[in-house]
Parts: sequence; structure tokens; C-alpha cells
Amino acid sequence: MTESAKPAPRWGMVVDLDRCTGCQACTTACQIENNVAPSSAETADKGRSIRWMDQLPYMEGEYPNVKMRLLPRPCMHCDHPPCIKVCPVGATTKGADGIVAQIYSRCIGCRYCTTACPYTVRYFNWYEPTWPDDLAQTLNPDVFVRPRGIVEKCTLCHHRLQNAKDKAAAERRDLAPGEYSPACADICPTQAIAFGDLDDPHGEVFSQSRSPRVFRLLEDLGTEPKVFYLREGE
Amino acid sequence: MSSAAEALNVGLAAGGAAGTASENGGHPPAALGADAVLLRPILHTTWRFWVAGGVLACVSLWGVVAYLTQFRWGLGVTGLNRPVYWGIYITNFVFFIGISHAGTLISAILRIAQAEWRRAITRSAEVITVMVILFGVGSILIDMGRPDRMMNIFYYGRFQSPLLWDVTSVTCYLTGSTLYLFLPLIPDIAILRDHTTPGLRHTFYRFLALGWTGTKRQHRILEGMISVMAIIVIPIAVSVHTVVSFVFAMTIQPMWHSAIFGPYFVVGAIFSGIAALILAMALIRSIYGLQNYLKPIHFNYLGMLLLVMSLLWFYFTFAEYLTTFYGSDPVHMTVWWAKIRGPFAPAFWTMVSVCFVIPVAVLSSRKRRSVKGTVIVSMGVVLGMWLERWTIVVPSLSNPRLPVTDFGYFPSWVEWSIFLACAATFTLFYMTFTKLFPIVSIWEIQEGREHAVREVSERVKSYLPGDEPEVGGAS
Repeated sequence: MTESAKPAPRWGMVVDLDRCTGCQACTTACQIENNVAPSSAETADKGRSIRWMDQLPYMEGEYPNVKMRLLPRPCMHCDHPPCIKVCPVGATTKGADGIVAQIYSRCIGCRYCTTACPYTVRYFNWYEPTWPDDLAQTLNPDVFVRPRGIVEKCTLCHHRLQNAKDKAAAERRDLAPGEYSPACADICPTQAIAFGDLDDPHGEVFSQSRSPRVFRLLEDLGTEPKVFYLREGE
Repeated sequence: MSSAAEALNVGLAAGGAAGTASENGGHPPAALGADAVLLRPILHTTWRFWVAGGVLACVSLWGVVAYLTQFRWGLGVTGLNRPVYWGIYITNFVFFIGISHAGTLISAILRIAQAEWRRAITRSAEVITVMVILFGVGSILIDMGRPDRMMNIFYYGRFQSPLLWDVTSVTCYLTGSTLYLFLPLIPDIAILRDHTTPGLRHTFYRFLALGWTGTKRQHRILEGMISVMAIIVIPIAVSVHTVVSFVFAMTIQPMWHSAIFGPYFVVGAIFSGIAALILAMALIRSIYGLQNYLKPIHFNYLGMLLLVMSLLWFYFTFAEYLTTFYGSDPVHMTVWWAKIRGPFAPAFWTMVSVCFVIPVAVLSSRKRRSVKGTVIVSMGVVLGMWLERWTIVVPSLSNPRLPVTDFGYFPSWVEWSIFLACAATFTLFYMTFTKLFPIVSIWEIQEGREHAVREVSERVKSYLPGDEPEVGGAS
């Protein structure tokens, strides 16, 4: 009950590109954690793969000294999300903790939010999700399996926040820093993804998001993303 | 009972002599004279109608098969992908709603402007509106991933979303233009009631005629209501295509986020609407032999309107593309170049030639503004305006701000089939209408003959300097 006195945390992420090796473990961990059905070669070819945590390829340097880089890209969980405004049924919302959520059972599949998002981070279920037999056994019981015809996206592993909150409440204490983090941050072998409350001055992401190396994607649009990147040191 | 049958015979054969009033409150059929030809499509149906109707019905059924396929398997059966989340269905939505501006808007403007040449064409225009809106709305429903949750729009609707603006505006539009189609239809339905023998059809017409007997009082009320509706439907029609454009313009996507989209879309809608009207009129006139009603002069005048709209449309297009080019925002320029010389260039330049170059070249001469000339131009304009919607929807989505692998979008057989079926079903509905109601307003033609000629000459006289004393002049 003491928690209500404190302002709600602003969950955010800082990706240190200096540490990122481009191993894409975050993409895979996200896929498994959130019951995202793997796409077949055929559906991937049609541009219908779903990857909540995607990798944006970009070139660095001038020819012939070019490097191909990957930039891990989850949903930006904007403070001013263009997707929420356009939804005709309020199926996408932003909670007090700043997480942009999708209400699967309300979405009508009009795909207005997917076209309005300047980061193209929203995915549509073109098909009924299917898993190969052995994988179907490993579905995460905490996460809803999305039916065909609706939009989904990165939730910052919101179910983990719920679990952590429940645990803290059962033990009659506040949520401790580090108790909740998404699968992508947990799995990263080089700890390139830091996660936490952007407003907590004692937290790692507080200082990192104020680093001189920091940048955000399409910052000029004024969407105020809560995912920060640290450029590689020169 | 027999008097109605008698009336039918009298009305059709002699076309002149009035029958006697029947015992059951019927009315003497009005003398139709030469205008009896307008009832012929309703009372006689040739084998050609059934063949054409059958073919169109097959295409419609094929579309149903295509939609059921999509309903069963999901939108995966389309060509859509990430990032091109919207394709042919949304293009069709904008296109069909655009075509609908043929009717109500043009007809209302002509009525208010007291353009006497409107009398023969308003009905055929208004029917286009009502019929085609259904397919505009249908396209949106077909595009939905979860059509079974359609009612969520009413349960959870949020006015923050431009889609809700569309729902509101289009609903008003459909209601308004149906009313606006029905009101001037009442006296004609009464004519039909008096010219049919008791039976299903007679009952149908008697029900819809709402007891019209053509008294002075009824005429006054009806004409008052028509005038009110004509004024009401104009802002509604303008709002419809404005908010359709807002669906795109309210996002910040490259080349969608434009302040001129509202008026640009309205102009394009009226443009494509006039073209569709010309095509419909040309078909009606040749199929039902109404050359005497839909005359070359009508095509000449509509051709002039089409020319004006073509110039206006080009003006907006030019302003839009020059602004983007001069500003040179790289994000917008990617889309710009994709249209000018990229994968969308064939569609873009076809659009420019059939919507601007050809219409201006053909329609600027009085001689070429013939039935044939305007029909050829109109076919191009309808095609070009579909391409315009296509080159607005798809290129912007194909080139999002952040790099996404472009898988290319091309509609699948399901999407093409549904598009074709929409066009076929629209034509089928339109044909059916011509079999139920006069496609040229009989009473308005008669009114034109009986009153308008005198009224117009009096109106013209009132414009000229006369010898009446000056109002408020020095005494």
C-alpha cells in the first residue's frame, strides 16, 4: 500500500550498441517467451514473420570499409504513441507504468495502428498460429496465444511485471529494482540491454539514458520513445 | 380491381387517355404521353437483361467464394504483408466512396443552382450514390481481420480515431442520400402504382407511394423537403470524402501527412463521380433507347464539368507534389521518387495522362464533347482515379521511415476477385433498380415541360432592366 504514494515507474530500456554482438539471442528469447509462432520459409518470404524484438540492419562506414550492423528493435513504448490515437475501438492503451499494451480480445484487425506506427513495430496475425509438435509443448502458460486476424506487439513482457508484482504483494513489500525485466534483457549474453525504471535515480537505466552517447529512433517525431540506444564509442 | 388493368392498358397503349378512378381509392393514371417510354424498362424485360444479370450474378458469386476463402483462412490469402498492411481493399474503399459523389452532390448542386438540364439525369446520378456506398462500406468490412467483432466499433468506439469519423459521416451520408433518392421517387412510384395491375408489384408500389395523389399540398410539401435535403446532403457529402482523406492525413506517414488531402480527395471524388455518371448515362440511353431524354447536350454539359474537375484535380496534384519536392524531406522523397520513376511510376504516369492530359485534350473542344468523346474520357478518368487511390495508399506504406525489407505487394486472386465482384454486384443492383423504378424522373420531366419553360423565361426577364419602379428610389 505504500506503493501508491510513490509515482508509478516509467519502464524503459537502454541498448548499448558497443556491447551488442548482433547474436540475435534477444529475438529468439522473445519469440519463445511470448508464444510467437515461428514462421515457415514460405510465410517469411511473403513478409509475414512476427518478431516483436526485431533486428534493424544498417550500414556503417564508407565503401570499401563498410560494416553491416544490426540494431535490436522492440516496441518503443512511446510516451506519445501515434498508434493509440488512431485505434477506433481503444484496443491499444498506455498504462500508468508507460507500457503500450494491446487488448487482444477487443482488436478488430483494421490495421490502422500498424500503418500509423512510424517504427513499423506492430504485427498482424495473417494466419492462425501453429507450432511444430515438440515446440507446442513449451508454450508459456503466462502468455495469451493470439488468434488470427488481430494485431500484436512487444509488451515489455508485461506478464513478468504482473508476476513480480504478485510476488512482492504476497511478501508484503515493494517491487525491488531488478525484480522485473523482459526476456530480451535477461538473455543478452553481453548484457547490452539494460532495463528498469527510467525515473529511478539509483537505477542503471537512469544514468545510461542520460549518457552523451544516447540517441533514440526518429526522435524528431516527438513520440518520446522509452527505448534508448548508446552509440558505439569512437 | 379491373380498372388498374385497364389503366395499364390505357397508360401504355394510348399513353394519353386517363382511366377512371377505381373503387379502392386508386387514382386515375396520369397521362404520360411520350414519356410512357420511361416505363418500358420496368414493364418489359428482354432476354438480354437476364443474360447480363446472370453473368454479373456469377461474378458476384465468385466474389462470395473468394470472401469465404478469406473468412476461412484469414487475411493470409491476400497479398498484404508487413509493411504494406493496407492494399486493394482500402484503395477500393476510397474509390467507391469517391464514385458515390456522382450522385447526391452533383444532383443537389444542380437542383440548388436551378440548372434546368438536370431533370433527366438526377435520378441516375442519385442511384449511383446509394448503391456504391454499400461497396465502399463493404470494402472496409472485408478488410477487417476480425469481421465478427464489427460491433466493437459501437461498443468501444472512440472518437479520437479518424475511422470513427468515417463511420459517422458515411452513416449520415447513406441515410441522407437514400432519403434524397427516395423523395423525388415518390411521384414516380405513384405513377407506377397506377400503371400496374393488382399483384405483388402493385402492392409494393402502393406501399412506397405513401398515398401520393399529386395534390398541390403534397407537391408543396415534397418540393420543400427535396430542397431541404438538397442543402443538407452537400455538407455531408463534402465531409465524407474529407474524413476519408483524414484517415491517411492524420497519421505522420510520408506523403500522407498533408493538409490539402481533405479538399484534394473531395475534388477527386467529384471528378470520378462525374465520369461514372457519364458512363452510366451512356449505357442507360443506348440500352433503353432513351436518346431523346439523355441528349448530347447533357453529355456536353457534364463534359464541361468534367473538364473543370480535371483542371482542379491537376491543380491539387501539382501543388501536393511540388510542395513535397521543394521541401525535399528525404523520408517523403523516397515515396515521391517511388511514384515518379520507381515501381509505382507506370501507375502514376497512367493516372496523370488519363486524368489530366487526355481529358483536357479531348474535352476542351465543343465538337469532341460528344457522347462518344465524353464516354472515352470518362472510362480513363474512372481508371485513373482508381490508380490515384492506389498510388496514395501503397507507395507510402511500402516505404516506411525505418528500413523494412520490401517484399513488394501485389493483390492475390482473392483480392482481385472481390474487387471484380464488387463492381459486378454494383452493376447488378443498378440494373435491378432500373427494372423497379424509372431511371429518368418522369414527373420532373413533365414539370419541366409544363412549368419550367415559363418560369425560366420569367426568371430571365427578371434579370433584365425592366420598367418597374426602383425600390427605395427617390420619389
